[in-house]
Amino acid sequence: MHEVKELLKIGPSVINIGVRDFGESLKKQGVEVTHLEWEPPRVVDQEITDILDKLL
Amino acid sequence: MSTGIKIKKNSYFDSVFLMQVAKGISNEPGIDQAIALMGTENNKTLLIKMGVKEKEIDAVSSNDVVIFIEGNKSPVNLVLNNIDRWFIRKATSLQTRAHTMDEALTIQPKANLAVISVPGRYAAREAREALEKGLNVFLFSNNVSVEEELSLKQYADQQGLLIMGPDCGTAIIAGVGIGFANSVRRGKIGVVGVTGTGLQEFTSLIHQAGLGISQAIGTGSRDLSDEIGGFSTFKALELLEGDPETELIVLVSKPPGIKTLDNLAKKLNQCSKPVVTCILGARQFRKKLKLKQSIVSTDTIAEAAMNAAAIVEGKSIKLPGISVTNYLGRIKKEKKLLATNQRYLRGIFAGGTFCYQAQQLAAAGDLQIHSNVPLAGMIKLTDPTTSMANSMVDMGEDYFTQSSPHPMIDSRLSKKRIIKEAHDPEVAVILLDFILGFMSSENPAGELAPAIMEAKKIRKNDGGHLIFIASVCGTDLDTQNLKEQLNILEEIGVIVMPSSAHAALLALEVVKDRQN
Repeated sequence: MHEVKELLKIGPSVINIGVRDFGESLKKQGVEVTHLEWEPPRVVDQEITDILDKLL
Repeated sequence: MSTGIKIKKNSYFDSVFLMQVAKGISNEPGIDQAIALMGTENNKTLLIKMGVKEKEIDAVSSNDVVIFIEGNKSPVNLVLNNIDRWFIRKATSLQTRAHTMDEALTIQPKANLAVISVPGRYAAREAREALEKGLNVFLFSNNVSVEEELSLKQYADQQGLLIMGPDCGTAIIAGVGIGFANSVRRGKIGVVGVTGTGLQEFTSLIHQAGLGISQAIGTGSRDLSDEIGGFSTFKALELLEGDPETELIVLVSKPPGIKTLDNLAKKLNQCSKPVVTCILGARQFRKKLKLKQSIVSTDTIAEAAMNAAAIVEGKSIKLPGISVTNYLGRIKKEKKLLATNQRYLRGIFAGGTFCYQAQQLAAAGDLQIHSNVPLAGMIKLTDPTTSMANSMVDMGEDYFTQSSPHPMIDSRLSKKRIIKEAHDPEVAVILLDFILGFMSSENPAGELAPAIMEAKKIRKNDGGHLIFIASVCGTDLDTQNLKEQLNILEEIGVIVMPSSAHAALLALEVVKDRQN
C-alpha cells in the first residue's frame, strides 16, 4: 500500500495505461514511468467480461 | 470532392495518437478532412452518418483502425496508398514497457500512481485493478458510468487512496504536470479543481504572479454532483490540509449538487488553513453555501488567483472583482471601425470552463447567449455548427470531438469556425482562448493566426471591421512559451487580455451598447 501523502511528498512514480503521450510527457519531466501496452480485450461483450471478472 | 476509406486490421492505437494521425493527414495539400478512429460500434455509427457505406465497415471490429478521408481525388488516393507511413510512431522515450499490471509492478515496484486513459468502457476495470494493487489513480478517461465512478471512489476511500477522475484532465503533483497541465513553479498554494481548464488557468496565473503551486489536484467533472458526493474533492482537501508545503487552499468548481453543499461547506469551514473558493456558474448560488466569513468567495478564476496571491503575500483583505476599465481604450478605436449592423459576439472556445465562465459573465450583464453548452437561462443552439445572435461555443464538446481531435490538440475546426463567423456581417467581435502546456498543440497561436487574418480581411472587404479578443492560458516555462504566443497574436492585431474572464468582459463591452 502506498500512502497518498507519500505521493504528494516524493512525487509520482507512474504506471501509464492508454495514451502513450501521457507517459512520454511524464518521462520528459524526469518521472519514472512504465508504459503498459494496453489493448481492448478481444471479448467485447460487457456481460461476459463482468462474469469472467467475478469468476477469476 | 472525393472520399476514401482504409481499414487497418488488428492494430490498436490510442486516441491521442489517432488524433495526431488525422491532424497530419488533413494538413496535406488537397485534403479537406481526415478521420482516424478505432472501429467501435459507436464510431461505426458515426462514420455511417458521415457518408461511409455500411458494407464498407460491416466487418470492422473494435481492434481495427478506420481512416476516412475527404479531399481531391489524387491526394486522397496518394494518402490511402501510403497509409502505413502515418502510423509509424516517433522514437519513444518510454523504454520500459509491460503487458499486465503485475508485470508493470514487477518492473517498477515503487510505482504509486496509475495514469489511465483507455476508452471509457474499459476504464473502470483498469482503475479498480490499480486501486487493488495499492496505486493512486489519475483517470483521464470519460464515459465511465456514475455507478462505476461511485464504486471506484468508495473503494479508494476505504483503501485510503486518491482517485483523480474519471474525466480528469489535469493535475500537478509535487511539481509534476500530469495530463494537460502547465509548467509552473512550486510554491505555497494548493488547489483542488473539478474543472480541467479552470485548474490550468488558475495555476498559470499564480505562476505569472511570481508565486507557485504546492499541489493541483483534479477530481473529475462529476465529483461534487449528488450522485458522487465529493469523495475526491474531500480527500484532496484533507490532503492539502495535511501537506506541509501548502499554506493556502483554493477550490475551483462548478456548482455542487444541492445535497452535497452542506458537506462541502462543513469541510471548508473546518479547514485549519486559509481558503479561497471559486464556484463558477451562478453567483446567487454562493448564498446557499454557508461558508464562514474568513473564507474568500470569488466568481472568476482570475479573481480567485488574485485573492490567493494576495493572501499568500500577507494581505488578507478581499480584493474587488476584476475590471476591464483600464483596457477600454484598446477597443475604443476598433469599435469606431465597425459597421452599424455589426453587433454580435461570437466566442469560440477550446476550454469548456472558459465557455462556462464567459456565459456567467454575460448573464451578470443581462446578455442572452446561445450556446451548445448553455448555462441555466441561456439558449441552446439547435445546430452547434451554426451560431445565432450572441453565441459562445465549446469546441471541445462531444458533438465536435467524437469525429475530430480536441481543439487543444488540433485547431482545424476552430479555424473553420472563425472563417464561418467572419462571413456573418452582424458579427463585431470574436472571443478566443489559447491553451498551452503539456499535451497541447505545439503552436496554438501560430495555427490560428492565418484564419484570424483571413477573417479580418473578409469583414474589411465588406466595409466593416472584426475585433478579436483572446486570452492565453500558459506560462513562460511551457514549451510553447507564453511570450512567443502573445507576440504572434498581438502582431496580427488580436487584443490579448490577462485572463479568460478579462477577455470575456472586454468582448461583452464591445457589444453591450449595440444590441438594439
